[in-house]
Amino acid sequence: MTITPAIKKDYITKLAEQGKRVDGRTFDQYRPIEIETGIVKQAEGSARVKIGNTQLVVGIKMGVGEPFPDTPDCGVLSTAAEFVPLASPDFESGPPREDAIELARVVDRGVRESEVVDIKKLVMTQGEKVWLVFIDIHILDYDGNLFDAASLGALAALMTTKIPILRLLGPGGLEKSDLEAWFNTTKIQDIYDLYSMPGFDEYVAGNNKELFKDVKPIALPMTEPPISCTAIKINDYVMFDASLDEETIADVRLTVATDHKGDLRAMQKGLSGSFSKEEIQKVINGALVNGQEIRKQLYAKIGK
Amino acid sequence: MMKSDIKLINSEGKRLDGRGPEDLRKIKIESGVLHRADGSCYLEWGGNKIYAAVYGPREAVPRHCQNPLRAIVQARYNMAAFSVEDRKRPGPDRRSVEISKVISEALERVILTEQFPRATVDVNIEVLAAEAGTRCAGLTAAGVALVDAGIPMRDIPVACAAGKIEDQIVLDLGKLEDNLGQADLPIAISPRTGEVLLLQMDGHLTHDEFNKAFDLAVRGCHIVSDVQKQAIMHKYQSVVAAEVQE
Amino acid sequence: MANEARKIVIPSQMLGETKTMKAGRGTFVDQGKIYAERLGILSIQGNVIHVLPLKGRYDPVVGDFVIGVVEEAATSNWMVDINAPYPALLHVNEVPWEIDFADTEKYLNTGDAILAKVLSVDESKKLQITLNDRNLFKIKGGHIIEVESSVVPRIIGKKGSMIALIKKYTRCRIFVGQNGRIWIDGDAEGIALVQQAITKIENEAVTFGLTDRIEELLKKDAKDVR
Repeated sequence: MTITPAIKKDYITKLAEQGKRVDGRTFDQYRPIEIETGIVKQAEGSARVKIGNTQLVVGIKMGVGEPFPDTPDCGVLSTAAEFVPLASPDFESGPPREDAIELARVVDRGVRESEVVDIKKLVMTQGEKVWLVFIDIHILDYDGNLFDAASLGALAALMTTKIPILRLLGPGGLEKSDLEAWFNTTKIQDIYDLYSMPGFDEYVAGNNKELFKDVKPIALPMTEPPISCTAIKINDYVMFDASLDEETIADVRLTVATDHKGDLRAMQKGLSGSFSKEEIQKVINGALVNGQEIRKQLYAKIGK
Repeated sequence: MMKSDIKLINSEGKRLDGRGPEDLRKIKIESGVLHRADGSCYLEWGGNKIYAAVYGPREAVPRHCQNPLRAIVQARYNMAAFSVEDRKRPGPDRRSVEISKVISEALERVILTEQFPRATVDVNIEVLAAEAGTRCAGLTAAGVALVDAGIPMRDIPVACAAGKIEDQIVLDLGKLEDNLGQADLPIAISPRTGEVLLLQMDGHLTHDEFNKAFDLAVRGCHIVSDVQKQAIMHKYQSVVAAEVQE
Repeated sequence: MANEARKIVIPSQMLGETKTMKAGRGTFVDQGKIYAERLGILSIQGNVIHVLPLKGRYDPVVGDFVIGVVEEAATSNWMVDINAPYPALLHVNEVPWEIDFADTEKYLNTGDAILAKVLSVDESKKLQITLNDRNLFKIKGGHIIEVESSVVPRIIGKKGSMIALIKKYTRCRIFVGQNGRIWIDGDAEGIALVQQAITKIENEAVTFGLTDRIEELLKKDAKDVR
């Protein structure tokens, strides 16, 4: 394990007492954020997010299958995170450990509980055939604040996802009746337009592949996304977007997801320290401000 | 999809993506792109997108893995779940384990391992987007990452594949060509000496066809080797160029 | 007024022949020809060809001053990270304190930083360091940053000129370990300015005229020069 020298930790704390951070940022400031979408053509949706030196890629793959037994009227969402050894000298190869699992579950809940993907609109036949959405987070360079980078990456990837109808159509896969059923549950006009196009039946039978090459892709049914912002506390100082060194000495961490109306949609506290009520307010306010900025950047990138 | 529907190479020698029989797909290489790694590389080759990172030399653990006379080289080839059309379950599968092994063995031959007894050189290859020829692209990226990490080597390893489609020997198979073709021959060489570091073949080749394919793959390796070297030098040349403007 | 860089070479690049030249550091010989074995800068001294590495882990040399970070305290020694491929052993006999058995933690613990000297490197690269010298000590206060160990000579400069320049304008105490760890002590602005200067040196290590450009950078944000 890479050991952070005690001196460095003391220095970070000393600077915090003066209201400063090692890289010159204010407590509320994020490192530069870069978002790139559509970088993996093999995926239905993908995004690369950089926050400072932290970098990861999120890919969305979709398929068709059975729903979970306890939610027969919903599509399936599944999130996984790979802390590959490429990203840090301290990551080991092997099955996901608790950090990777926590990250995947937090991102998953952020997408699921906020209903940013409307999974009720991913049903073809209740209890039998639904769309499956796989969110895979692949860390490339770990320098702190994976939570915000991963959440942002998942959103950017989902919001630019193209549902792979044409790829999955054909004998053994999706059939026209599935699309009709899907249209019935969702009333999404694009679905109807697609299977009503002349030549569609030949396409499903496996012929006429060229005909639908330029057809307008259908996006995932999504609502306004909440943006996750994570702050840590070092002694009594609350700061946003911790770098790796800051994370190593953080006593406690709080992630707050806010939406475009300024409402709170998700919260997660981590590590073994505690927050006072005032500190929680600080984090909420900082999350609201930063959330707005990040949302603007996200929308600009995906052309909203 | 009927095999006879798709003509991989037409009467003018043009392949599906417009390439001639001896043309490589487009390659772009950047060195030193990750911050935590000791050395790194980002590589695009056709539709492949690959990162390679090197950590080391560092003490090999656990102790019983150590070789008291030299460093061990541990390459790990891994594909992201979203890198292929049908989602791949995360984690190593048998194919990844095999590729990791042949790449480790290839790299071991060129790294001056005697300088680091009891140590390990860890090479990580992550395929984010896959489109045939990932092991060649991965090894090529690993070569650049090793240089970027300052690992002493007798040469910069490079890889390229040739194959047979519709009875013709061609360079650098694309995805459909790999799926529907008759043979695939990935090789890796030490470009300075021509030594072969990695060699695999599947399919059906006459002895004569093998010789042709091998020579073609070697030619491909040399072209890719130039791209590797330019990428490594570019990092430092741009520093000079920026400085001249100040 | 060409601002050339030093000549950068890469592994397998041919640098000369053993007929006329000798193979120095960072090179290997194959059939009478001398080749670079690493990414580095070509340095020809007399008839000896050397390659000075641009990147890579610190290669310990006996007598080097290094800044180490303690990884663990064992019963009669500590294991210390000195940014080399291997951790270094610091034996209880190599420190200026009288240590009771198994009391090592009282003196140095995980995360403590020390200014030490490389004592020995054996054939299997087992490393030992020492604190037994009045110039060596446990480091307190300040900040620690890390750079490529290959850049250390440029940060120190010819006869210490570069580091003296940085100290002058920032009014900080600075100690540069040969292993690429640098300790800085001063006020926040001073430390930040030192970091800026060092980052610039790291990025432009291959160029000439660096000292002047660093002085310019320091002057812009400096305090009153002493």
